[in-house]
Amino acid sequence: MKFTEEHEWLRVEGDLVVVGITAHAAEQLGDIVFVELPETETEVSKDDEVCVIESVKAASDILAPLDGEIVEVNDALVDEPGKVNEDPIGDAWFFKIKPADLSQMDDYMDEAAYNDFIG
Amino acid sequence: MMAETGDLKHTPLFDLHAELGGKMVPFAGYSMPVQYPLGVMKEHLHCRAQAGLFDVSHMGQVILRGESYDAVARGFETLVPVDAVGLPENKQRYGFFTNQDGGIEDDLMFANRGNHMFVVVNAACKDADIAHMKAALEPAVTVEVITDRALVALQGPAAEAALARLAPTVVEMSFMDVADVELVGATCWVSRSGYTGEDGYEISVPESHAEKLCRALLDMDEVEPIGLGARDSLRLEAGLCLYGNDIDATTNPIEAGLTWAIQKVRRAGGEREGGFPGASHVLSALAEGVAQKRVGLLPDGRAPMRAGTPIFAAADGGDPIGSVTSGGFGPSVNSPVAMGYVGSSYAAVGTELFGEVRGKRMPVKVAKLPLVPANFKR
Repeated sequence: MKFTEEHEWLRVEGDLVVVGITAHAAEQLGDIVFVELPETETEVSKDDEVCVIESVKAASDILAPLDGEIVEVNDALVDEPGKVNEDPIGDAWFFKIKPADLSQMDDYMDEAAYNDFIG
Repeated sequence: MMAETGDLKHTPLFDLHAELGGKMVPFAGYSMPVQYPLGVMKEHLHCRAQAGLFDVSHMGQVILRGESYDAVARGFETLVPVDAVGLPENKQRYGFFTNQDGGIEDDLMFANRGNHMFVVVNAACKDADIAHMKAALEPAVTVEVITDRALVALQGPAAEAALARLAPTVVEMSFMDVADVELVGATCWVSRSGYTGEDGYEISVPESHAEKLCRALLDMDEVEPIGLGARDSLRLEAGLCLYGNDIDATTNPIEAGLTWAIQKVRRAGGEREGGFPGASHVLSALAEGVAQKRVGLLPDGRAPMRAGTPIFAAADGGDPIGSVTSGGFGPSVNSPVAMGYVGSSYAAVGTELFGEVRGKRMPVKVAKLPLVPANFKR
């Protein structure tokens, strides 16, 4: 599993990469009340804003961590945004991306580095 | 993550907030808990279902003294469009300071305490409010700022049962009654009021006894500590204005839907008509109507419409006809809730409008305020 400075996690699953937000991010955001997911079959570039999440406090964007194509989204989050707080690194994944260049993963932190990053 | 506290002021309950795991944020110059480990959503729902305890010690507590309550009230009425003279002893009332344009400088609660008036004002405005009262009322009235008392609110359907365990007489109080009540060995100034739309009490307690009182309440199963986050969503659902968001120095109180707070005796033809700053602007708005009105707003979808969201009459084209002044998620409504101002011709309950969120116009309906039924003990 890899982690971004934007508090996203990336997990390789076959030839896809599953993306979600970290437990730390979910805790900082507070109760999530709204999730807007991207369309599937969308070509995205790294750092494109692809999802919007809103907590009781504020709205935030989720960025595409890699170049590629969004191939699957977790529709369950639209009806139950609170899942993001309950199981951020499990059930509450946001989307699966088919990466154009898997080596972009190398730029991201491993778990130990991420834990240092969030201090 | 602990917010930078710098030279922020602490309330007498600061150490207790830390012990309870409060997430502290800067608010009006104070370090205040925005939430506790329960989180905003559950704190909100708990307060509506049982009882929540809020630290509101950052608010300004002021005593006005003069020859008599009547003398104080007559002076105070030169600053507010509210009937202070006719307020019965040991009753509290909502009011607001107006400026020369009829705008609102701050909103407040005041009480007739027999030989003096007790006033509670917003934290962010308190220095200006105190200066304003001193300039206008001294020397006939003395303005005594209370700095040695905390202020806490106990709110929710179980508030009565909880507080009655410490002082059974509080059961006898009705909405907006005020009384001196002995709690945990200290004389507290208690009113049956609040800022959540729920039944409950606001308690001014000597700072020496503040923590003891809070611990006694928090020891009860039905009482949880509630932070500023849930305080905001509770008051928004209850349709209550937040000064600085929903009303400010440019807001005519009639636009804000606060006509109910201007008793007949202060209106045109009343015994003490006008006589407050900007009276001509307020009374003419009352007589002739206003161009925009504060309304409740219920977005159709799941996306919150936050403060600043522009409101349109149509799904595309046209200029904005209003904007959101407070908006977020309403845990009790279980959907987004908002309030804001719209042109008066769009203010009827049920009017279908559009709020622009991230460039997309989303349907929103004008809704009756409060957005949840009030639960006061009348």
